[in-house]
Amino acid sequence: MIKKIFFQLIFFNFFFLKEVFAAESGGMPQLNPEFWISQIFWLTLTFGTLYIILSKLILPKISANLELRKSQIQENIEAAEKQRESSEAKIKEYDEIILKSKLEAKNIFKEAREKVIKDINSKQSVLDKQIDEEIKKAEKEIQILKENAPLKINKIAIETSSELLKKLIGTEVNNSSISAIVDDLSKKKGNKYYGN
Amino acid sequence: MAANPMTQFEVYRIGPEIKLGSFDISFTNASLFMVISSLAILVIFNLGSKRNSILPNKIQLLAELSYSFVSKMISDTAGSKAKPYFSFIFSLFMFVLFCNMFGMIPYTFTVTSHIIVTFILAAFIFISVTIIGFIKHGFGYLKLFVPSGVPVVLLPLIVVIEIISYLSRPISLSVRLFANMMAGHTMMKVFGGFVISLGIIGGWLPLSFSVALTGLEILVAFLQAYVFAILTCIYLNDALNLHH
Repeated sequence: MIKKIFFQLIFFNFFFLKEVFAAESGGMPQLNPEFWISQIFWLTLTFGTLYIILSKLILPKISANLELRKSQIQENIEAAEKQRESSEAKIKEYDEIILKSKLEAKNIFKEAREKVIKDINSKQSVLDKQIDEEIKKAEKEIQILKENAPLKINKIAIETSSELLKKLIGTEVNNSSISAIVDDLSKKKGNKYYGN
Repeated sequence: MAANPMTQFEVYRIGPEIKLGSFDISFTNASLFMVISSLAILVIFNLGSKRNSILPNKIQLLAELSYSFVSKMISDTAGSKAKPYFSFIFSLFMFVLFCNMFGMIPYTFTVTSHIIVTFILAAFIFISVTIIGFIKHGFGYLKLFVPSGVPVVLLPLIVVIEIISYLSRPISLSVRLFANMMAGHTMMKVFGGFVISLGIIGGWLPLSFSVALTGLEILVAFLQAYVFAILTCIYLNDALNLHH
């Protein structure tokens, strides 16, 4: 019994000592119960107000904003997907058109080339014909000239030799004998009279 | 030596003494910082929820990131059943976080460094979770104390341990936050005092330490708010999804 009271006394002494320590020497202001009720009251008031305003007014708005953004982004993604598909289809169309037009252009080019080649060929043949004719004409003329040339040369030779003889000898020489010599010379190329 | 490092935790009356019956509910510096924290939260989140644009501005981004952060935290720990309690956990997290962070400003008062505040929060959470558990599962909630797969011989011991651990939840929850905040702030004050007492020659070392401690304390302020909220989620998870 005495033991029990003793221990109780120690315990209470310790408790009171601690109380005194906390209150007086400023050990831990947290253990000073002076403003506990005030803190509990203000905590309840401020936290309660905060909770009510947040849960009733602000958080639903943020949640709605987030949902709206999510759905909007989803819509945008879907729209973008659609546009991508349509643009791909357009690209295909475009590619086809380009392929077609390339083929067409090739054909046109081919046709034009063939036409030009044909034109060139026909013109060339006409020109060739003309050139041939011209050449033939010229050849004929040359032939005629060739044929006429010895006669004329003989004539000139006869005239000049008769003139020379007249000056040298002073007498007229028969033209026919001179022409015979000239003919003979022109045929034999003078080998007989000049020695070589 | 500089001022007592504990004086920063002293609560004093601001304005007249207010009495409600026999209780003193005067407006104190603690009340002031509770009001400031709540107002700051309300202002920031009100601004963050006002306009809705596809490309959010900074404050809207902040509000929405916090929203999705807490939302993810709850769904990760307590599942989809905890959705009705989202607002409460969000408010709790923000309140503790802002009180902690306001406490980091010099010459301010840290609301969460008082055991009574954290204990009231923790006790409220504890009682609410217990009530939710009994509402959801009836007396089946008591199965929480009987883990499955335990040999029958060990069962009495395990049940006692489980009950003690369950009942100590509000204490551990409140003391964790309170002790972290108090210890950090006391340490910062002590090192700040060293800077003054060691003067211009020797004060640089405690000053650099104090700078490092400030960074650490900001981390702790966030971390403790996070831990407080996530433990609430875990307790809620026990009440909502009885796994045992």
